[in-house]
Amino acid sequence: MAHDSTYRPRSAFTRWLDSRLPIMRLAHDSFVDFPTPKNLNYWWTFGGILTFCLVVQIVSGIVLAMHYVPHVDFAFASVEHIMRNVNYGWLIRYIHANGASMFFLAVYIHMFRGLYFGSYKEPREVLWIIGVLIYILMMATAFLGYVLPWGQMSFWAATVITNLFCAMPCVGDVILSWLIGGFAVDNPTLNRFFSLHYLLPFLIFGAVMLHIWALHVPGNNNPAGIDVKGPQDTIPFHPYYTVKDGFALSVFVILFALIVFYAPNILGHPDNYIPADFLNTPEHIVPEWYFLPFYAVLRGVPDLLFIPAKLAGIIVMFLCIITLFLVPWLDFSKVRSARYRPLYKQFFWLFVIACVALGWAGAQSPEGLALWVARIATVYYLAFFWIIMPLLSVIETPKKVPDSISKSVLGGASSSAEPAPAE
Amino acid sequence: MADTTIGGHEGGDANRRDFLYIATSAAAGVGGVLALWPFVDQMNPSADVQALSTTQVDLSPIEVGQTVKVVWQKKPVFIRHRSAEQIESARNVDIDDLPDPQSDEARVQQPQWLVVVGVCTHLGCIPDSDPDNERSKYNGWFCPCHGSDYDTSGRIRLGPAPENLPVPPYEFTGETEILIG
Repeated sequence: MAHDSTYRPRSAFTRWLDSRLPIMRLAHDSFVDFPTPKNLNYWWTFGGILTFCLVVQIVSGIVLAMHYVPHVDFAFASVEHIMRNVNYGWLIRYIHANGASMFFLAVYIHMFRGLYFGSYKEPREVLWIIGVLIYILMMATAFLGYVLPWGQMSFWAATVITNLFCAMPCVGDVILSWLIGGFAVDNPTLNRFFSLHYLLPFLIFGAVMLHIWALHVPGNNNPAGIDVKGPQDTIPFHPYYTVKDGFALSVFVILFALIVFYAPNILGHPDNYIPADFLNTPEHIVPEWYFLPFYAVLRGVPDLLFIPAKLAGIIVMFLCIITLFLVPWLDFSKVRSARYRPLYKQFFWLFVIACVALGWAGAQSPEGLALWVARIATVYYLAFFWIIMPLLSVIETPKKVPDSISKSVLGGASSSAEPAPAE
Repeated sequence: MADTTIGGHEGGDANRRDFLYIATSAAAGVGGVLALWPFVDQMNPSADVQALSTTQVDLSPIEVGQTVKVVWQKKPVFIRHRSAEQIESARNVDIDDLPDPQSDEARVQQPQWLVVVGVCTHLGCIPDSDPDNERSKYNGWFCPCHGSDYDTSGRIRLGPAPENLPVPPYEFTGETEILIG
């Protein structure tokens, strides 16, 4: 336990419950009187927003599964049935489809926040690793869900992504036919994708519980990136951060609602309103926006030495993802926050630009400028983690970090009170 | 902090912060309930189900004495073209003796056409039409499940069923055509 419990049961029943299942105590200590650094900014509200996104996706998804039919002959029609016949079906489907985009928007901000403020560093390595696992589970879930409407983009996304596996030497073909349950993507594929799409969100939910657990042991990092030194550095989670998170969530939901009600198809592809046709591939096939950077990496990599481009692209793409697991050890600078790391800060923003450039390149035809942008950005992406991070850990001279969170908030005019002993 | 007390009405602790607190909670509460409604309503019958909520029936091919079953809202509806004797026997009863007292006149729009929902009011089986008096003592319908016996007006006469076969809403849209529902 990261702090002493301040829970005091008020009634006979809660006293009785507390000695048997201290769930009220857990909730109180985790979300009411949880000591939280007093300097968290709005970039710290995305954890709550992401929890909201997960709940929205699970609730709307369970509802859609009541009306959807996972069979190649009925899937497309059942989605149209949801749009036209089911009461508020259009709303719930648009919430679910755009909810995935909002989920990724929030998770990318959350991840960049972690990278900027060094939230992955000791003692939060496990917290970061669970976060990367959640991100990978999210990508799998989003891909599986995208296949379900069984439109043209669904079908060809399923074909292309499962074909990644056949680039594996020797066993590729065997694994591919095991994955899709046939010679090509067909009804068995759709059926199992539906089953897994229903399963994975609950694994994400479990991983989120672990993520929050791993957060609550060391407590939050903060914009100054320095440790909490005593009670004067913290405020209770409730009401201070419930209100702040609530406000940020409201703003986020307004954006969400604007998309759902006024531009529900702006992030989609018209071709997915054409039923799947296994004899015709759409002319322009691109993934959803949140996969574009990795898609650009996949297409951009040329033959590398003796490795053919097909396999090389897949290896580099997976490397880009796997690398995230190692960030806590690739960056061993003792200073967490980029506020006090003048060089890291600049390379960080270049990294953000590289990711956006990859996203842009992923949406273009893989030729000319876009191809070279993709290649350069891919090199920078990997260099940022594998070369720049370790190098800066050694050569960078950080600025002086504040003595305490209190001092950083009050701008040096802090009380001279001795920090209370750590608990 | 500035003094934010709202003018001095009695009991006057209400301040600006209380107002904001209550207004925010109220907006969140009402918004939450409204946002929940689509997720509840989606389980109600969808538009394609609602579209099947009426059934049009051409009565002209139905001979005197003949009973047909039509489907209305996934339930059987019995339409019997009653003979004079059947009408007579339906009307020639002491209403007070019936388990579920109702006059035949109240159950038909035109005496020769009886339209009732064919679901036994006991436990939901479909009674057999029995104008020839084989099992039904009252020449109406006999439920094979638990022996409920309905007369030529579809009223319960014997057995465990508590109520008469219900008359669905319908109207004559032509000389020999009805719209059920």
